[in-house]
Amino acid sequence: MQINPKKCVACGNCTYVCPMGAIYIDPVLKRATIDRDECVECYTCFNGLSQEHLNPTLVRAGRKLLAAMRIRFDPEPDVCPTAAFEPDELTWPRVVRRAFSDPRVPHESTGVEGRGTEEVKTNDVTGRVGPGDVGFTIELGRPGVGVRFRDIQEMCIALAAAGVAFEKKNPITSLMSDVATGTIRADILDEKVLSAIVEIKVPVSRAEEIVRLVWDVEKRIDTVVSIGAGVRCDANGNDAVVAPILERLGYDLARAKTNIGLGRRGTSTQASDREMVTT
Amino acid sequence: MTNTLHRFGSADSFHDDFIVFAMACKGPFKQENALDGLRRFLQIAIEFKPVNLGDARHGGAIRPSRQMNPLAHWARDNAPDFQAVVDGLTDVTTCAAVFDNRENAEKFVKRIKEENLGLSVNVSTSIEGAEDCCEYAGIPRHSVGYSLGFEGKTDKMPNSQVMLLSTMCGHGMISHSLAKKMIDFVKENRRTPEQCAATLTRFCSCGVFNPARAKRILEDARTKTS
Repeated sequence: MQINPKKCVACGNCTYVCPMGAIYIDPVLKRATIDRDECVECYTCFNGLSQEHLNPTLVRAGRKLLAAMRIRFDPEPDVCPTAAFEPDELTWPRVVRRAFSDPRVPHESTGVEGRGTEEVKTNDVTGRVGPGDVGFTIELGRPGVGVRFRDIQEMCIALAAAGVAFEKKNPITSLMSDVATGTIRADILDEKVLSAIVEIKVPVSRAEEIVRLVWDVEKRIDTVVSIGAGVRCDANGNDAVVAPILERLGYDLARAKTNIGLGRRGTSTQASDREMVTT
Repeated sequence: MTNTLHRFGSADSFHDDFIVFAMACKGPFKQENALDGLRRFLQIAIEFKPVNLGDARHGGAIRPSRQMNPLAHWARDNAPDFQAVVDGLTDVTTCAAVFDNRENAEKFVKRIKEENLGLSVNVSTSIEGAEDCCEYAGIPRHSVGYSLGFEGKTDKMPNSQVMLLSTMCGHGMISHSLAKKMIDFVKENRRTPEQCAATLTRFCSCGVFNPARAKRILEDARTKTS
């Protein structure tokens, strides 16, 4: 993303909307400026701000006049008055930032908008997580902190060493140079994204081990982590297996997404494409 | 995509937060006529008085403008346009309806079951809230994705009021800074909670942000520090 300095009037509205705090008013240039290393190309500034198309010279003159009288115009806070944001052509490896940060862009490897896959949301159709399984989604960087691939790799290497199966269709898995070791391709390790989801599936018997492994990696990486645990309910709609394990580990289970089982398969019924890559 | 799962708050705080979303499976199990089913899902949702509606490609019922009239600074239209969401659906993607009370969510889930659209439907709220929806509709839960909350370097996260607001966009499109700014606007009485909730809603790119819950949180934040 770029900000056109000929258009920017340094109103400062965009500095608040950037999820990474990467936009600031440069005191010398007197223009909004993007810290390119912190920017994750989420396009929140471009997509979320409403746009006026006012004349920059007139707006600057008006702002100077008001500022001289110590008066501040109280505009709507989510507007770029001169439509100064201009997307630039992203090339490798920077393009991975947008793939993981702008949810409107379907990831090439999944076809799903966002950073993960369908997980248990379509489990009624795919049967991806069966009885006796736990599907973990380990999201790094959320909420609003961001993560570099170097830290994602740290998590993946630890999981691979434990012999878990990575979700094949997950974008992170597709960027591994060696799935057996959880190694991510070297040319993107310093790239920063808003968040990324590592997806694995293990037998219920390994659920506690995996949670403890994630806790251990969290101590070594410089970001936040949010874990989701997907399970298949029994015929009565109950889960009497995984929830007790999670509660014993100290989790207060307050929120969940619940697949209510209304999905139907289409006419084609080949083998599931939700394969797992076993290390 | 776990964009509705990890909302900050206790189970009680989700009493006005029910997201029902539908999606069609990709790959070999792909459903026929999924686009028609998704459009029907959204159209039916309007009957049950949602507070937001959206699809993952085009956004929610309150959207930013590409050509904003400067006079809007004095008279901004913050009303949701639900029909525009239905009419704007062009691709098979995830569609969501957000409700601010259990009764409407329950009735909607029951109706969707009766419609037999063939789509995968999920309810994202407190665990008990979703169980109630299933019980009302007479269906057992198929699968559950639990949120285990936020951990790791949590000292990088802001205070709880900001978290309550910003985590309502799981894609991270609502910055902590903007959420804090909206709280400050309400505290200073520069904007109403409704106006600030609408501002935040515009940044949600898939329509799952709950402006009714945001309004309540902002009103609470007016007189509390965290």
